[in-house]
Amino acid sequence: MARTIIPFGPQHPVLPEPLHVKLVVEDEIVLEAIPALGYVHRGLEKLAEIRDYHQMIQVVERVCGICSNIHSMCYCQGIEEIMGIEVPRRAEYLRTAWSELHRMHSHLLWLGLFADAFGFEALFMQFWRIRERIMDINEATTGSRVITSVNIVGGVRQDLTPEMCSWILSELDTAEKEIKEIQNTIMDDYTVCHRTKGVGVLTKEQAYELGAAGPTLRGSGVASDMRLLKYSAFDKIDFEPIVETAGDCWARSTVRFRETLQSVDLVRQALAGMPQGDLAAPCKGNPEGEIITRVEQPRGECLYYIKGSGKKFLDRVRIRTPTFANVPPLLAMLPNCELADVPVIILSIDPCISCTER
Amino acid sequence: MLNMTPTVLKNLLSKSSTRMYPIEKREPFERYRGELFNNIDECIFCKKCQIKCPSQCITVTKDKESGTGTWICDPFACVYCSICVDACPTQSLYMKPVHRAPSAERDMMEQTGKIKLPKKKAKK
Ligand code: SF4
Ligand code: SF4
Repeated sequence: MARTIIPFGPQHPVLPEPLHVKLVVEDEIVLEAIPALGYVHRGLEKLAEIRDYHQMIQVVERVCGICSNIHSMCYCQGIEEIMGIEVPRRAEYLRTAWSELHRMHSHLLWLGLFADAFGFEALFMQFWRIRERIMDINEATTGSRVITSVNIVGGVRQDLTPEMCSWILSELDTAEKEIKEIQNTIMDDYTVCHRTKGVGVLTKEQAYELGAAGPTLRGSGVASDMRLLKYSAFDKIDFEPIVETAGDCWARSTVRFRETLQSVDLVRQALAGMPQGDLAAPCKGNPEGEIITRVEQPRGECLYYIKGSGKKFLDRVRIRTPTFANVPPLLAMLPNCELADVPVIILSIDPCISCTER
Repeated sequence: MLNMTPTVLKNLLSKSSTRMYPIEKREPFERYRGELFNNIDECIFCKKCQIKCPSQCITVTKDKESGTGTWICDPFACVYCSICVDACPTQSLYMKPVHRAPSAERDMMEQTGKIKLPKKKAKK
């Protein structure tokens, strides 16, 4: 059969985001993939010119719905470092707990979507039901289910009462039990393994050279995790990056699944080690200088470049989100796969296109 | 699929995990950031909320002649971050833990109140 070019996306039933890939196909085998981005550019970085650096927190939170807390945490860390503000310890522990809760709900959302991509509706519902518990924790403790708005320059806005902490712990116990119940399904089930094992393989060398990030990188056997930089309260929290070596879709989903369970443990550690103290340090003056900060988001490394010149408005806010780093590895995974596997492979990097284009 | 069977059977036999939504509603959480309100009798029209609001949807004006002030908020531009609630020095702003009712027309929340003279004098 002759070569055909099949457009995949930007609107596609399995893709929640407008990613457009042109697939060069011969006999249902993909030979090449050419991406096209730029359908949802929102110009958030430009807003730095008309919103002062406190208001920018609310803007960067809206870069991505499901990592909102971690975006604002990264931005605040940057500003704090420029201005030399020392964040109170309690605020750091609170930030850590909330960011791990965010990671959990993001991973559970993705695991559900992933199950949906290969047609396993019951599993999809199961994951999203567990996620609902985490969303309730977010809503009860921060005031909103998705955009938490708890981080401010210098600390956090909300506190956790002891009753809330014990309620969170009991909810997490239930969630952990429920996650473990479906462990066998996502890891050993015949259908799941058949659709994911050996599909979209990215070798360790490729992952390293193409600059993959997050679970895509760790699924290929590279133990890299920005939380090892010991930002916030991670210096006192015991943690090892989760690594799988197969480099296929199965490995990437397993990394995410195991990270969900790991996050339960990290939230427990953060709540247990939380000292008493202030919630926020006073913040005076305007930022002057430039900085690069990095944090680990559910999808991988997120990088902020912030430049201020002593004015209320920042000169530049540059955000590099993990999906941006994961697009070249995606293009290396697609050749020689079957056309039917394309949705599964694309979803396996957890694309978040609106983040990439901001 | 066999791995999933016990879970599926358990789900069949246990009670539903969804609610009959409009009939049965969950109690809102105490901290939930819902609809924004201004207790206009407390408001001193200091414009703090207007300055701090990240979506710039609040406009506060003062009319010296009639001695009244107006507080206008565009609820459709509001992002429910509650920054204004934190910034308000008189705690006249508050958020109810309920969702804003849907509306067919784009309307503004407009409230008019008296400018409080004694407080202004005390400030000077
Ligand atoms: S900050 Fe409070 S007192 Fe000041 S104008 Fe706004 S609502 Fe009124
Ligand atoms: S809640 Fe936020 S967006 Fe809405 S009026 Fe207050 S400050 Fe502005």
